[in-house]
Amino acid sequence: MNTATLQLAAGPSPLWYATRAGGTVALVLLTATVVLGIASGGQYAPKRIARFEIAALHRNLSLLTLAFLVLHIVTAIADTFVHLTWWDAVLPFASSYRTLWLGLGTLAFDLLLAVLATSAIRLRLGVRRWKAVHWLSYACWPLALFHGAGTGTDTKLPLQLLLTAACTAAVVAAVWWRLYRAGPEHRTARIWGGVAALVLPMLLVAFLANGPLRAGWAQRADAVTTVPASPAADRLGGPR
Amino acid sequence: MSAAKRLSIDRIACAGRGVCAELFPERVDLDEWGYPVIPDPTVPEHLLGHARRAVAGCPVLALRLDPAPPER
Ligand code: SF4
Repeated sequence: MNTATLQLAAGPSPLWYATRAGGTVALVLLTATVVLGIASGGQYAPKRIARFEIAALHRNLSLLTLAFLVLHIVTAIADTFVHLTWWDAVLPFASSYRTLWLGLGTLAFDLLLAVLATSAIRLRLGVRRWKAVHWLSYACWPLALFHGAGTGTDTKLPLQLLLTAACTAAVVAAVWWRLYRAGPEHRTARIWGGVAALVLPMLLVAFLANGPLRAGWAQRADAVTTVPASPAADRLGGPR
Repeated sequence: MSAAKRLSIDRIACAGRGVCAELFPERVDLDEWGYPVIPDPTVPEHLLGHARRAVAGCPVLALRLDPAPPER
């Protein structure tokens, strides 16, 4: 029996299940939002869907993501299973619980809030400033992905792994498609985008293989410097 | 005084994505390359809602709604 199961057997609470479900749904919704955003940025124009419909879907899915994130965060804090404060929701890397892995999620949440807030006042902000902040979405999504992989209770489940893989594939494919459609401008940005889209899945696989998918991750995740896992931390790890 | 407004396009910013024509076909047509044409820029009050939606929907904010110049 692994540690997660032991912990759950000790104190399963509806709140904790809501946290996990909310986080997973939020990741799927965020992925869909990002993919749609990339699609409209690349001037994706299928015959049967109008562009304003894609834009509206992009916006509505982002708000739905926010709703599920609120559920995810509120239930995580309300639950007594782990000790979290309201500050942990907005201040990255301040939590005592899994400082690094939770912090990534907090950072992603902050970035998402910045993107949503600036989008709400886009007309007053002007395109340049709005777009500068909107680029943060490309940082928000991988942070959220690694937050989920790093601290998700369900990371090891085959179905969850499949979902993580599908989300990654969707965004990577969208980025590649976007780069393929891009004009000759912004050469450096395009090269970096291509490299990032190539490196990210490899990083994720390497991380999963060395971290959450190996025994004792629940203990090791609490330490900040666990990637790659040190032999000492490995020995401290739970039963294999 | 009429509350009518005037629709204009920043042709340099416009990326020809045609969202404006989808949202506000009453005033915006598209030319054969997908760039907007506005035969009649005045927007009467009852169309203002659609006009504002088109302005907000333009991906590059190239569409503007200004107070109409005083009629002579
Ligand atoms: S929505 Fe904006 S960018 Fe697209 S055609 Fe209209 S004015 Fe141009």
